[in-house]
Amino acid sequence: MSDEITPELFNYLVELAALELTPEEGEYLRGQLNNQLKAIRELERIPVPDDVPAAARGVPYPAALRPALRADVPRPSDLADAIRGQAPDTDDGYFVVPEIPHTDLGTGA
Amino acid sequence: MDLCDLPAHELTARLKAGAVTAADIVTSTLRRIDAVDGPAPSADPAAPDRDTPGLHAYISLQRERALGRAAALDAQLARGENPGPLAGVPLSVKDIFCVAGTPSTAGSRMLANFVAPYTATPVARLEQAGAIVIGKANLDEYAYGSSNESTAFQPSPRNPWDPTRVPGGSSGGSGVSVAAGEAALSIGTDTAGSIRQPAAFCGVVGVKPTYGRVSRYGLIAFGSSLDCPGPLARTVRDAAQALTVMSGPDPHDATAAAAPVPDFTEALEAGVKGLRLGLSPDYVRIRYPDPQTGAIQDTEIDPDVKRALLDAAQRLAAAGAEIVEDVPMPNTPLGIPAYFVISRVEAASNLHRFDGVKYGYRTPAAVADLRALYRRSRAEAFGPEPKLRILMGMYVSGAQYAKQYYQRALRVRTLIRRDFEAVFDPAGRHRLHALLTPTTPTTAFPLGAVYGDSVLMQYADLLAVNANHAGVPALSFPGGLDSHGLPIGLQLFGPDWSEATLFRAAAAFERLTAGDAWRAAQPKGVTAAA
Repeated sequence: MSDEITPELFNYLVELAALELTPEEGEYLRGQLNNQLKAIRELERIPVPDDVPAAARGVPYPAALRPALRADVPRPSDLADAIRGQAPDTDDGYFVVPEIPHTDLGTGA
Repeated sequence: MDLCDLPAHELTARLKAGAVTAADIVTSTLRRIDAVDGPAPSADPAAPDRDTPGLHAYISLQRERALGRAAALDAQLARGENPGPLAGVPLSVKDIFCVAGTPSTAGSRMLANFVAPYTATPVARLEQAGAIVIGKANLDEYAYGSSNESTAFQPSPRNPWDPTRVPGGSSGGSGVSVAAGEAALSIGTDTAGSIRQPAAFCGVVGVKPTYGRVSRYGLIAFGSSLDCPGPLARTVRDAAQALTVMSGPDPHDATAAAAPVPDFTEALEAGVKGLRLGLSPDYVRIRYPDPQTGAIQDTEIDPDVKRALLDAAQRLAAAGAEIVEDVPMPNTPLGIPAYFVISRVEAASNLHRFDGVKYGYRTPAAVADLRALYRRSRAEAFGPEPKLRILMGMYVSGAQYAKQYYQRALRVRTLIRRDFEAVFDPAGRHRLHALLTPTTPTTAFPLGAVYGDSVLMQYADLLAVNANHAGVPALSFPGGLDSHGLPIGLQLFGPDWSEATLFRAAAAFERLTAGDAWRAAQPKGVTAAA
């Protein structure tokens, strides 16, 4: 059977995933993906009646178990500097990044 | 036996009685680490010698922090204050949890330089109860694995019972540290068995609580609908005490449920009389793809593991439990296929935040623009498993494939949940208090035997994963040794919020087997070095 994830589809996924791979790495990962899809096809082995709903989680959360949401109000934090301090490059409280690609929509004068 | 080999509750009792100090306990533990752990692992691909002897449980140690906490605890005791139910207990923390001021790496080059600005809620609660963080334990990269071999920090942890074998994963360093006396207690996470499988391979107790029992705040997320923090310990009592402390609602995590938290140590002596424990043929036969051909195989689990399961059932029956046989769990084999889809979608989503901009690794290479910065940083810092999971997650949730894969997996998840609901239903045919199964189909496998085959590695979790799909609690406890002298793990699943019953049954088994020869065996990787 031919591979479900062809080299073309794989390259598209790599672009979507914001990755870049060496050819050897790409070949290994594409092979693993196709092997995993063979295992995933086991899901088609049993009938799943139409009235079976999707479960986004296992445990039901009745209202009694749901903690009340806290008020959505800003609170001071003393962690801001420690958090900003983790950034690879900052300037005066801003993250520094290279050129941000943009599309010229031709609306300028 | 050294101080560091004593169970957590014994350490706290001796500390409170004035027989030892917290400084003595921490010093004994650090001495054991120095004797058995070997040099610190490194995320630099050029640096590590993967054959360096040692168990390699820890990525980083917090010696000064631990000794400082011990001194503070001893001062508290001197003032006559109660230092808490885990006073003086040396704790290893899976390095997927943020602990303020410590490197918190997730086992990835991406976060090798990240220092957490705050502490995860369950870790903070353990510290508040008197536990002392000794260090951050190694793990599979982002918790993606079942052998701990995928960590960027090499050498990866070794099984203390046989250092040529894996300790399991992803909480491998947690399992090793507890089994080897490098901590009395550990906190891990379980997304498909990542607490229970290493607990089984290392011969310790590991608990995946009910989803929502323990806050996930401060946990570097993997599969947000599956992740459960929980304890690893050398005794059932210690695990019960730790879970009591860790549990409960948290204003920082809306999924941490407002369910009442009992003292899980209270029912430990109650015995198994009156408990209905199920055995299922679906947990003795396994269905998985052949590594060479991909053809689906139906086979029995390792005969030593099966023997241990049946022996445990007989002993629990003799102690008064009612054993219910032939319990149907028909959707068990679909757990891994569904997990391949659901966990990848959630992982891919959670990994988008690592972009080389806000924190973590940024490529030093000159790049043309922001998109190239994202691509290059992620390419250089993620190992093969995160890349694989992102790619699969994007594929199976893509608009044209989601119905076939993601939506179907979520509906199969409902069927898996219904298996458990049916057998735990108090008005149903089986009316089980718990299901007794093996934790893993085999005991610890050799290093390098499975790593690289992402399908076979995932199937190592096939007896554990459905607790995560269904959200129900599950507990792995030592059930003996196999013919190679390797630990066998047995597992109890229970209904939502029934951890107290699982602790009760596992504690009963612990007492029933207290005099068995295997209980006295020590991991040879420790005895040789220590």
